[in-house]
This record gives sequence, C-alpha cells and structure tokens, in this order.
Amino acid sequence: MSERPVIHLRDVTREYRVTEEVVVHALRGVSLRIDQGDYVAVMGSSGSGKSTLMHILGCLDSPTAGRYELDGVDVRDIPEDDLADLRNRKIGFVFQAFNLVPRTTALANVELPLTYAGVPRATRRARAAAALRTVGMGERLHHQPSELSGGQQQRVAVARALVTNPPLILADEPTGNLDSHSTAEVLDVFERLHNAGRTIVLITHEEDVAARAQRTIRLADGLVLSDTAQQAFAA
Amino acid sequence: MSAREIFRIALGGVAANKLRSGLTILGMTIGVSAVIILVAVGNGSRNEVQASINSLGSNVLLVQRAFGGDVTFTQRDADALADEFNAPDVKRVSPVVNATGTTFLAGQESYEPSSVVGTVPAYAQTRSYELQSGAMFTAEDVSRHRRVVVLGPTVVQSLFSGADPVGESVRINGTSFQVVGVTASKGSNGTQDQDDVALAPVTAVQDAITGYASGLSSITVEARSGDVLDAAQAEVTSILTTRKQSADSFQVINQSSIREVATASTDVFTTLLGAVAAISMLVGGIGVMNIMLVSVTERTREIGIRKAIGARRADILAQFLTEAVVISAFGGVTGVVVGIVGSQFEIAGVEPAIAAYSVALAFGASVLSGLFFGTYPAGRAARMRPIEALRFE
Repeated sequence: MSERPVIHLRDVTREYRVTEEVVVHALRGVSLRIDQGDYVAVMGSSGSGKSTLMHILGCLDSPTAGRYELDGVDVRDIPEDDLADLRNRKIGFVFQAFNLVPRTTALANVELPLTYAGVPRATRRARAAAALRTVGMGERLHHQPSELSGGQQQRVAVARALVTNPPLILADEPTGNLDSHSTAEVLDVFERLHNAGRTIVLITHEEDVAARAQRTIRLADGLVLSDTAQQAFAA
Repeated sequence: MSAREIFRIALGGVAANKLRSGLTILGMTIGVSAVIILVAVGNGSRNEVQASINSLGSNVLLVQRAFGGDVTFTQRDADALADEFNAPDVKRVSPVVNATGTTFLAGQESYEPSSVVGTVPAYAQTRSYELQSGAMFTAEDVSRHRRVVVLGPTVVQSLFSGADPVGESVRINGTSFQVVGVTASKGSNGTQDQDDVALAPVTAVQDAITGYASGLSSITVEARSGDVLDAAQAEVTSILTTRKQSADSFQVINQSSIREVATASTDVFTTLLGAVAAISMLVGGIGVMNIMLVSVTERTREIGIRKAIGARRADILAQFLTEAVVISAFGGVTGVVVGIVGSQFEIAGVEPAIAAYSVALAFGASVLSGLFFGTYPAGRAARMRPIEALRFE
C-alpha cells in the first residue's frame, strides 16, 4: 500500500506561549506517514503531546512549524471555515466522551455531518441508517443518547464518524469511558472497519487496546519514541 | 446548509427546553400584547374625545365676552355677522341667551336643566342636534315671540318619566311654554351632558326669563366648511372689532383649535402608553438575550461537536440567531393574539380601538429584538474554538 499517504507529517512542531517567558513545546518535531488502510494506535503518557497531535491530525489546531498533508491537502494557514469543511469531508471523529448531541436521536446525530455537508434529507437518512447498521445499532435509530448505554453511544459516535465516508477515522481514547465488555464491542467495530479498508488512527493509553492495532506509535515529550508494526499484522 | 435545515435545528433547540423557551416566549408575549392593548386604549380614548368634540358641531366659532370685557352682544351684532358681503365664509349665525337657574315644572315634577338656551332654529343645525320627536321651533316662532320649547332627553326623563311630551306644556320660572320637540340623545361632550338641555326662541327667553338688559350671552357662528374656518374667524373678528371699537373685549373661539389641543393631549397620552409598553418589550428582548447566553454556555460542548464534524461559523451563528428569532417571533405571534383578544374588552372605561400600525410595529419589533438580542449570544457561539468548546465541562 504505497499510494499517496492519508497522513503525512514532516517535522511538525507545536508551541503554546503560556506567558511572555513561558513557552510549552507540546510537539518538538514529529514526522509521520500513515497510509491508506492503516490501523494505527498512538500511545503516550499524559503530557507526551498525543492530545496536541490528535488536534493537529484532526485539523482542530494547526502546527507552529512543519508540514501536514491530509489526504493530499496541505493543512496550513487555512481559514477556520475551510478547516471546518476539511474536517467534514476528510475526518470522522470519535471522542472519549462520545460527544453526541443531547436530546437528539441516534439517527439525527449520525445525519449531522451530512447535514453540514449539504446532503439532501432522504439520502442523508438512508446513509445514516446504513452507517448505524454497520456498527450494529440498526435497532436503535430513534433512541436518544440518554437512552443508550456507553458502549451503544460510542457505536453511534463511530457510525457518525464513518457516515461521510472519510479517508481518516480519528479516535481519541474511544474506550476510555467504557467497561471491558463495551470496549470489546467498540474495538470489534474498529476491527471490522479496518478489515473493510478504512484508515483508523486511535489514540489511547491502554496497552491492550493498542495491541489490537496494526501499528503502534509511542510519543514522549513531543517526539516519536518508537513506531512498531504488530507481529500479528506483519504477515 | 439550507435555511430549512437551520430552521429545523433551531426549532429542535427551542423545543429541547420547553419550560425555559416557554417563559421567554411569555415575556415577549407580554411585551407585544402590552404595546397593542395600550396603544389601542390610547387610540380609543382619542376617538372618544374626537367624537365628543365633533358632537359639539363642526366648523363652529364661538363669540364670547372676553374675561373682564364690557361688551354686550345684541341681535344686531348677530345680524351683522350674517352679512354675506362682509362675512362670505359664514354659513349660519345663532344668537345665544343662556338662562341660568331656571326651574321647569310639569305637573308635580320639577327639574332644573343645566343648560337653557334661547336661540334660533339654525342653532340646532350648527350644534348637530337632531330631533327624535316633534320638530325644532321655527323662525316664525322666534319673530312672534312664541313660548315654545324643545327639550333634551335627560329633561324629558326627569319631567315626564320618558313619555313623549310633545304637545304638553311646562312652566319655566312660572311662564308656560309648549313642548314642540325632543332632541335625539347626543351623550356627553366630555364636560357636560348635552342631553340635559332645553332650547327655546331667543325672543321668548328674553321676554319671559332673562330680560333684555344683559343682551346675548354669546353668538355661535358656523363656517361654510372646515377649510374656511380661519377665514370666517378673521371676518367675524374684523366685523366685531369695528362694531365694538375694541378688539380685546370679546373673543372668538375656534372649534378646530379645541380639537387640536385635545388631539395633541391624547396623542401624548397614547405615546406615553406606547412608551411604557415598549419598555416591557425591551425587557422581553433582554430576557431572550439572557436565555440565549445561558443556552450558549450550557451547550458549549454541543457547539464544539458541531464544529468538529464540520459546522462553519455561519452555521452556528445562523442556528442560534434563528433560535432567538423563533422564540421572539413566537412570542410576537402569541402577543398579537393576546393583544387583539384583550382589546375587545373595555379597559378603564375606554373602548380600545386597535391601531393596525401598532400590531405590525409590535410584531416587527419582536422579531427585530430577537435578531438584535440574539446577535451577541450567537456571535459568541460562532466564535468558540472547537478544541476549547469540546473540553468544556
């Protein structure tokens, strides 16, 4: 798989100027290449820069220096509204806290990215329902988030992430708030998506979650510490 | 994103917290209905004042002795004002003698009308008196000093218990007068009951009641039309100045100037009521802003989610602005309904008259206030940075 990479980071740094004197170097020069169909886990202790990396990968934040190409688009100095469009088309987010819109049905939540993309209603509904069936939530289209368990909510969130058919699914600690049973459920969904050819970047601090990915990238102090392919996938 | 989608999302936001939206809508409803009802009350009271001024007779000038003046008006003065050459804009002239403190007696009943007027038939036309029974006395009655009288309904009620008195006779200060007519009811002109009146030939009144020494009490002049009222006033003033050789011993009061004063004062009244109501609308608008600010803060995370999955700033701005406008416009609609229904009832003795402009204005202002007071909260939502919004607890 050596087509054009989905993610290509070249010597990316990110600094936060806290006060006049204090500058925090969250990323000190990260280079990464993630190809289409990869299933990558990003690991690191808190303060290692993995949240910052995730924000940059997710186009929620931009690098101080270095280049980031997402699916062939150079993400640099892009106006906020264009970043919003980019996120809408290229990235499906899954968050630790599920982040579904409250008091809104599962179906409407999954429809949301398509709404912002301007997809007509009927098409939207069909695609959202299909995405929910993919994650095994076809029976609960009209449940509100408050009526769903954590694992179910996270599966709805995954459905929302993949409904726009984005080149990248970006999951930030997707199992952080889940019990082991729900964790297994959600990871099974990711595995199915990976097998279907999706590119997944999963940020976690749990070894057993990372172990199910194809490749693990470890960060420490804003730098890539190691980048290893799992043996199970090597074959 | 299409306007329909934005509207759908905004409606969802309004419906998500029904109690809170409902109370905000109520605030707006009160503001809008207050504007409509209070302006209607002001409008209604102006209509009443206008109607009572009109009932005095239109295009009327009143010639009176000035305060402290020492003139006496005679029938000749009245005749001089009726001169077509010197006063071409004068239509009718009625000499008026007011007999005060006269007692009317019919059988056992006695009554003292508040106004006993000795005049000529033209007076009834000038003052817009119509007859409900019998007829007005005639010019011949005047020239022949006939003792006839036309009574107002209030007088008839007191003396004859409401029975038709035409043909009966009443004793006025001891002199017998024959009743020839009864005026139709005109109601009050705001200061006095215009039905509590008796009209008789000026000659008969002077013969039997007042005598000739004091002359006429006043002269009522009717101009040909409202447009020439000022010209008629100038003619009357000029004729009398010549005849009395004095310009400040008498005064000519213009009916339209009374109306202008009355209209101006009721307009001030209406404006004041409207202003009070507008303040309550302003309070309603601030309520919308308050609720939107709370809502934006409370839904920071939702805003973060929406932005993360591709909402542009304009989408978020439109969503919250539409929510504010939906709330205020809904309040506007219910306010219009409440205002129109409320204006059907008599309020503080006034029959409210809904002013169409106030309905349009109040509804328009409610929508605009939603737009105005929604802009800041919606702008705040739109400016949020997605990372921070997502982290918000």
